[in-house]
Amino acid sequence: MIMEYVWAFVIGGAICVVGQLLIDLTKLTPARILTTYVVTGVVLGALGWYQPLIDLAGGGATVPLTGFGNLLAKGVRESVDQYGIIGAFMGGFTNAAVGIAAAIVFGLLTALAFKSSGSKINE
Amino acid sequence: MNISNQEYGELAKRRSPATPMYKTLPMAFVVGGLICCLGEGLLNMYGALGLSDETAGAWTSVTLIFLSALLTGLKLYDRIAQHAGAGTLVPITGFANSVVSPALEFKSEGFVLGLGAKMFVIAGPVIVYGISASVLYGIIYYLITLFQR
Amino acid sequence: MAVCEGKTFKFNNASIISFASVVGKVESDGPYGDEFDEVVEDNKGGAETWEQAEAQLQSKAFKHALSKANLTPEKTDLIFAGDLLNQCTGSSYGLKEFYIPFLGIYGACSTFAEALLLAGAMVNAGYVDNCGAVTSSHFSSAERQFRFPLNYGGVRTPTAQWTATAAGAAIVAPASKPPYIRAATVGKIQDMGISDLNNMGAAMAGAAYDTLSRHFKHMGTHPESYDLIITGDLGEVGSELLYDLFKRDGIALQKWHKDCGLMLYDREKQDVHAGGSGCGCSASMMCGHFLKRVQSGDLKRILYSATGALMSPTMVQQGGNIPGISHAVEICFN
Repeated sequence: MIMEYVWAFVIGGAICVVGQLLIDLTKLTPARILTTYVVTGVVLGALGWYQPLIDLAGGGATVPLTGFGNLLAKGVRESVDQYGIIGAFMGGFTNAAVGIAAAIVFGLLTALAFKSSGSKINE
Repeated sequence: MNISNQEYGELAKRRSPATPMYKTLPMAFVVGGLICCLGEGLLNMYGALGLSDETAGAWTSVTLIFLSALLTGLKLYDRIAQHAGAGTLVPITGFANSVVSPALEFKSEGFVLGLGAKMFVIAGPVIVYGISASVLYGIIYYLITLFQR
Repeated sequence: MAVCEGKTFKFNNASIISFASVVGKVESDGPYGDEFDEVVEDNKGGAETWEQAEAQLQSKAFKHALSKANLTPEKTDLIFAGDLLNQCTGSSYGLKEFYIPFLGIYGACSTFAEALLLAGAMVNAGYVDNCGAVTSSHFSSAERQFRFPLNYGGVRTPTAQWTATAAGAAIVAPASKPPYIRAATVGKIQDMGISDLNNMGAAMAGAAYDTLSRHFKHMGTHPESYDLIITGDLGEVGSELLYDLFKRDGIALQKWHKDCGLMLYDREKQDVHAGGSGCGCSASMMCGHFLKRVQSGDLKRILYSATGALMSPTMVQQGGNIPGISHAVEICFN
């Protein structure tokens, strides 16, 4: 039980450290890093290399955006199995649906409920 | 100017302080790790409620995205992010923040052309290239299964 | 190839008869916080949007300057004004209520020097009896135009600068009292090959070096001829680079140099990274601090060289560099 959280912490933290290295050393912008992560997740998922990480770390592998990419790959695989080639166009959005819909709806609600704020320092 | 751009570039590089990685890397590790632990805890909680793995995973995503949206609205997410760097950028909460913050910011230009149109100004490429990569994989996967039959 | 030397304009009939500054909350917490005429507490000042808030900064600063000069809008002949926003939004919306002949200008963060220089020239030439010079910048409106939404958790690199929420306004009229505008040198567009959006100081330092050097040469002066040499917002990186460039000529500029970007904030306590920036940064420091000191005779002769990064987000995305520019204005007690 404890070990499962230790692994989630260590693997999740390590995935974030890779992102931090990209920020500090390459000056990649945030949008590029997010994109890189999702595409990497799709590739790792396609190669079947991401599932072992999820088995080990659980949330440590599914919460970072690579996990989102893996989810897209998984969705596509399942829908191709079920519907053939057209499944390639279905599975990604099917599995991404929850994340995207939640982000849209909560984004809309947040924008309605709050105002954008000013400075990030000592306000 | 009596200095070449190349020479100046080297000078500029020397004068530009590097990011203090002894601070940024541990912060990213700890905050990112904690967010993942929160995800793990939510997964277990929803699992304990009798939900299937997949449904529990979906609820976990929704919960994390909700929390991120709330913290963004309360102006806390960007403040934590100033210290956490990639620790708050890379998790799904960072994706949510990248959708929620432009919605909030560009509301002043109207609900359609502001909030609606600008919502994916940062996260758009993530979806474009994520989905495109998955479609490409789907086609390759289909061809492979074709040969295996 | 022969290089254009440009000209240094000498003025004998231009005084800055009044000046005023308005800043935001963060700036008022800085080391010079109590020198500004007005502080907009919540950074929005009751406006609906950040752009409106910036426009109000300009109108407030200009109103203060007018009242200090005992002038009314009807008796004001001309304004030069600018800011960082597309279409000079802050200036045109902030100053429309005054209904004064208006010329909008853009020189990025160097705009206040550009405005002073032009105002000085118009007054000195006798075309107008008085002329306003107003510029502003606002952290939030700049951030949302040039970078990310305010509440997005993108990280700033150590070389990044903080756009000041501030405005400065000055009224120039024929010579009557100090501070006098004595000379000015127009900057050249300097492309130093810098393309990092988060390192504007490096993009601008070359321009400051070029303009200052030409000004010294044309005036027959040296850095020691001045009490202070003030740059706009080179920040930490740009200031160091400026010293490097002058060191190659055997000049230790740091002895006379002050940078408004390094002064506006308390960099120990306020996390502004490499320093402040924006059209309002040097405008508020000049109008809030330095011009007062020249007026009182505490400073006899200063050289103010505001620096601007002529950055186009579109060009940078297309792989272009960030050219810099710097205009110098010499201001004296006598």
